[in-house]
Amino acid sequence: MNRQMMKGNEAIAEAAVQAGCRFFFGYPITPQNEIPEYMSRRLVEVGGQFVQAESEVAAINMVYGAAGTGARSMTSSSSPGISLKQEGISYIAGAELPCVIVNIVRGGPGLGSIQPAQSDYYQATRGGGHGDYRMPVYAPASVQEAVELTQRAFDVADKYRTPVMILGDGIIGQMMEPVTMPEYTAPAFDRSWAATGWKEGCGRERAVINSLYIQPDVLEKHVNKLARKYAAISENETMVEELYMDDAEYAVVAYGTTARIALTAVRRAREDGVKVGLIRPVTVWPFPEKAIEDAAGRVKGMLAVEMSLGQMIDDVRLAARDRCPVRFYGRTGGIVPGVREIHAAILNMKEEL
Amino acid sequence: MAAPAIYARPKFLTDTPFHYCPGCTHGIVHRLIAEVLGEKFEQDEVIGVAPVGCAVFAYNYFNCDMFEAAHGRAPAVATGIKHAQPDKIVFTYQGDGDLASIGMAETVHAAARGENITIIFINNGIYGMTGGQMAPTTLIGEKTSTSPFGRTAAANGNPIHVSEMLATLNGPSLIARVSVHDVKNVLNAKKLIAKAFQNQADGKGFSLIEVLSTCPTNWGKSPLEALQFVSERMIPEYPLGTLKEV
Repeated sequence: MNRQMMKGNEAIAEAAVQAGCRFFFGYPITPQNEIPEYMSRRLVEVGGQFVQAESEVAAINMVYGAAGTGARSMTSSSSPGISLKQEGISYIAGAELPCVIVNIVRGGPGLGSIQPAQSDYYQATRGGGHGDYRMPVYAPASVQEAVELTQRAFDVADKYRTPVMILGDGIIGQMMEPVTMPEYTAPAFDRSWAATGWKEGCGRERAVINSLYIQPDVLEKHVNKLARKYAAISENETMVEELYMDDAEYAVVAYGTTARIALTAVRRAREDGVKVGLIRPVTVWPFPEKAIEDAAGRVKGMLAVEMSLGQMIDDVRLAARDRCPVRFYGRTGGIVPGVREIHAAILNMKEEL
Repeated sequence: MAAPAIYARPKFLTDTPFHYCPGCTHGIVHRLIAEVLGEKFEQDEVIGVAPVGCAVFAYNYFNCDMFEAAHGRAPAVATGIKHAQPDKIVFTYQGDGDLASIGMAETVHAAARGENITIIFINNGIYGMTGGQMAPTTLIGEKTSTSPFGRTAAANGNPIHVSEMLATLNGPSLIARVSVHDVKNVLNAKKLIAKAFQNQADGKGFSLIEVLSTCPTNWGKSPLEALQFVSERMIPEYPLGTLKEV
């Protein structure tokens, strides 16, 4: 496909279709409405199915049903709606089903605002629902990257049989940028676990898509198995981008749209003679701990910049292991931090550290 | 040469013994469903969805691919399955707390969309698995562990008539209420369950069979008293019959 201008939400939807997603279950909420709207017409063209569910709770449980048959399935929402989906996400993680969940984050808590935010970081990176689980979370910083990460999300979901989240702030969903759809070929995955109709002698065990393990020792074994899966995901799937870090004396840590704004601030600070670099987690779970830890041993200070009161900063501090001080700058409530403010925070850090 | 079996375990039931209490009619309804499925379909043509509640382990009993759904979400899960596997017969098995309380939205909207699935709805007027709390279908005057003085409309609200409500919608092809408190009604229940599954096979859309069922343990009754309670107390509140048929 040629390079074309696309809105982030529509680009994510098209990327999913090209990755073989044929089942989408959604519910209206701003600022992600273009995803279900796009799917409602696009899936018809490719022989897929779109259902506008009665609630986010129903939508994620429809995903549970479709994903349990091995079909590539997706749902999308924004912060308050993602809170409602947490029940289903926990069950999907427990039942080890592959699917993709898109969260185009808006300000919170409560109804909050419809403006962009990154205040769902804790919820996204700690599992979000009840129980011992995690899920891979991708945080794109451009529409092009949102496309690529959406397709990767389907592969990672299938490879590890896990829900995967695309965590885009409202800007990623609403912004138009030039996009080139990659040539995508789905790898082959074993789907012999899926419930597609069983009878005696058909060559597999009867499928029971389930997260109930009533015997404590059996549940512990199951959760330990999930933990080994999360360890493998941490080992193999962590993604991070580092810019201007080779000679950096200071580091800014930011993800998503905030990282792009921070990059401009980093460049301006470089023009002022401050040796500062940028570390951008592309996966926020698994968090790029090693990149942070290594950098923390080399720099005089780190500055976490977020569109929240500061959530990722906890992970930065844990990974930095007190090797350097970690500062914070952020705006919240739907306000986007500006280049000038971040630039000033970088200069402050240099003054003080 | 052995005589041909006149009564055998249907192929749609596994060898796992039911965990249900003595006198509970879940077992009868499981058997009716399994008989109907076995008479009409191959095992690989059917996918079932178990609820949360006493029938939470139904996936251990129905001998086909099964899902265990979150509390009340079975109609949404079944919707996802049916859209991805439109040629399969998809059914849910749900109790009154699951279907008529926490899962009311999923039930009503699956029915309104006319999802081509079959729901077997067990109405025993109580939360059995959690120890006998008040259900949306608990009768006025009935004592439960959370309506210890007997349910009153003023304090606890009124019983919900699920089948009557769903019969007002355009989506369903069959809505009926049956009982399994005596042989005649068991046979009639089987007939309507069979019709519901046949409707799905014929592509007619949503069907729900409400089955009045017993809970001797939490009602504090003997199995026989429990059957009498169904005929004398429940049926007057929840009249049997076909409420909608298209």
